[in-house]
Amino acid sequence: MTAPTDEPAASGTEQDSNLVIVEGLVKHFPIRAGILRRQVGAVQAVDGVDFAVKRGETFSIVGESGCGKSTTARLLTRLLEPTGGKITFQKRDITHLKDGQLRPLRRDMQMIFQDPYSSLNPRHTVGKIVGAPFRLQGVTPPGGIKKAVQDLLSAVGLNPEHYNRYPHEFSGGQRQRIGIARTLALRPRLIVADEPVSALDVSIQAQVINLLEDLQEEFDLTYVIIAHDLSVVRYVSDRVAVMYLGKIVELADAEALYGAPMHPYTVALMSAVPVPDTRRRQERERILLSGDVPSPISPPPACRFHTRCWKAQEICRTEEPPLVELLPRHYVACHFPENYPQGAESER
Amino acid sequence: MTTSALRDLVTRHPGQLDKQPFLEVVDLRVHFPTDDGLVKSVDGLSFALDRGRTLGIVGESGSGKSVTSLAIMGLHTRPASEQTRPGAQLNGEIYLEGEELLAKSPEYVRSLRGKKMAMIFQDPLSAMNPYYTVGHQIIEAYRIHNPVNKKVARKHAIDMLGRVGIPEPSRRIEAYPHQFSGGMRQRAMIAMALSCDPHLLIADEPTTALDVTVQAQILDLIRDLQSEFNSSVVLITHDLGVVAEIADDVLVMYAGRAVEYGSADQLFNRPAHPYTWGLLGSVPRFEGSRGERLLAIKGTPPSLIHVPSGCPFHPRCTYAARNGGLSEEVRPELTPVEPGHTVACHLSQIEREQIWEHEIAPKL
Repeated sequence: MTAPTDEPAASGTEQDSNLVIVEGLVKHFPIRAGILRRQVGAVQAVDGVDFAVKRGETFSIVGESGCGKSTTARLLTRLLEPTGGKITFQKRDITHLKDGQLRPLRRDMQMIFQDPYSSLNPRHTVGKIVGAPFRLQGVTPPGGIKKAVQDLLSAVGLNPEHYNRYPHEFSGGQRQRIGIARTLALRPRLIVADEPVSALDVSIQAQVINLLEDLQEEFDLTYVIIAHDLSVVRYVSDRVAVMYLGKIVELADAEALYGAPMHPYTVALMSAVPVPDTRRRQERERILLSGDVPSPISPPPACRFHTRCWKAQEICRTEEPPLVELLPRHYVACHFPENYPQGAESER
Repeated sequence: MTTSALRDLVTRHPGQLDKQPFLEVVDLRVHFPTDDGLVKSVDGLSFALDRGRTLGIVGESGSGKSVTSLAIMGLHTRPASEQTRPGAQLNGEIYLEGEELLAKSPEYVRSLRGKKMAMIFQDPLSAMNPYYTVGHQIIEAYRIHNPVNKKVARKHAIDMLGRVGIPEPSRRIEAYPHQFSGGMRQRAMIAMALSCDPHLLIADEPTTALDVTVQAQILDLIRDLQSEFNSSVVLITHDLGVVAEIADDVLVMYAGRAVEYGSADQLFNRPAHPYTWGLLGSVPRFEGSRGERLLAIKGTPPSLIHVPSGCPFHPRCTYAARNGGLSEEVRPELTPVEPGHTVACHLSQIEREQIWEHEIAPKL
């Protein structure tokens, strides 16, 4: 599937406000075997994904492990080469840019990684780490690199005097702040954050979430956040896409998605999240999905969720439901959506 | 403070005051000597757990929750006699069904592991031997404690795998750990842990490595098996949601000590310690909406070598200044606030109730 249907990306008037447009994005990782290393199959990590990210918004992608959310993030920042589809960033097609062509792009597009331990060079001082983007891009900020780095450190809530310290002298939360300071160095337009808080303790997680919110305002940032924690996503996002086995199954404003999820998978996912409130233990209705996520090497045909879905009918096994706008700004790929007015199913 | 006085502080459920609890930990201290100094991972921890109940131990990394569970299981390396290999220094008492374990020989404690008490680890892939089939490992555990032949043990292993919800157990018993998915491996490890009907099951972050839908399956499984076997469960986690879902009682740990203990209902609806408030405020809520700020706890967890004086939480506590330096100097003891609910904090009961009602609860 490559042609975007009636995607948010396509509507002409909104074109200008879109910072990133993704159309029919595909990434297959080949599996090779034998002496000749012939390709015997492919991990279909991302298999036809369409979405658009507006300037200044926080767009989140949620899903379980193996759903392709991290691969999507790496394709967006072009750390991976897409197998198919098109990525437009600031009205420019960046799908197949070469490394040299990508470098100027990195000024406007940065990434925050999950693990604050492996994403910082242990042999470099904080000053060198945060100042690296300036050196790599050949940019001299007004007042010099050192002053710019110290300003960045205080912007993320670190002591500017820690300029000469090494990463191991900091806690996990502080390291994540160092990583964030580095991404902010060149004043990017877009920050793609892959699980930015999942490696942190709860109390630290809250600090970093609050920091990301403040920085968005201060630096006029657009975020794409990849996360598996639905409560965190609810807190930070304007719009949310739910992925399952390489495809977006639902995409809507956070309010609408959490208020009235329509795809059965989203409904099940939300009902599975443990809530820190004992009073809800009884009243909550939990939908237990049986089994595991199928392998992305040979995903189920038609609707990929039909093997675990309690509403699955014959049509779900034979015909793939397209991602369509069932309610205003609410896109769902399902033959039998939840929270949808009666009788509307027959229209389709 | 004497042991008996400490034991009085240990909370029991009303009406069971004279009964020996199933598991009782009294003034447990686990210290690790290192080149940088003595790491006081657990420093004076006491709690009790009755048969058939689930205790959730919550805390951030480094609060001592896993070290506590390893101490109960007798899995810490003791210091070698000639001080070549520094191990853990353990002090205090651990009673399991009235029997003190810390003073017992490692061989004796080993004979209890698997049979009387068993443990589920966070990462099932590293907890299993990749070289043997899953079935082999369950059969081995079962035969150590039960004098049966291989055939009977194998039948039992298949039965256990089926009970934890592994499809086609008679075929999957021949599979190796890497052939299972994360959720299936965790199920297999639970099957292994429960194969000898242990009375005490310690689950150390059993669902942290799993996806939410699988997590829900595993929590359901633990709950069902617990009621079936009437075993006691100690669930160690950093996730307050998981605790609210499954625990009867909750122990909140900070810097190797208990700061609050009570029933899940008390902890979530009438929390009394500023750290517990901070934890509850830090969790993003489902009902919360975009733009709302989380009530983060300032600062970072303390070093366990230089634990802050007095109340270890005082450098991060918003209310520490209220009692004229008492928090900086005197370590607060666990004191009852209501039946079955104790807290280690210098705030007076009235102050505490007012802060909770007017400042914290409305923001959650």
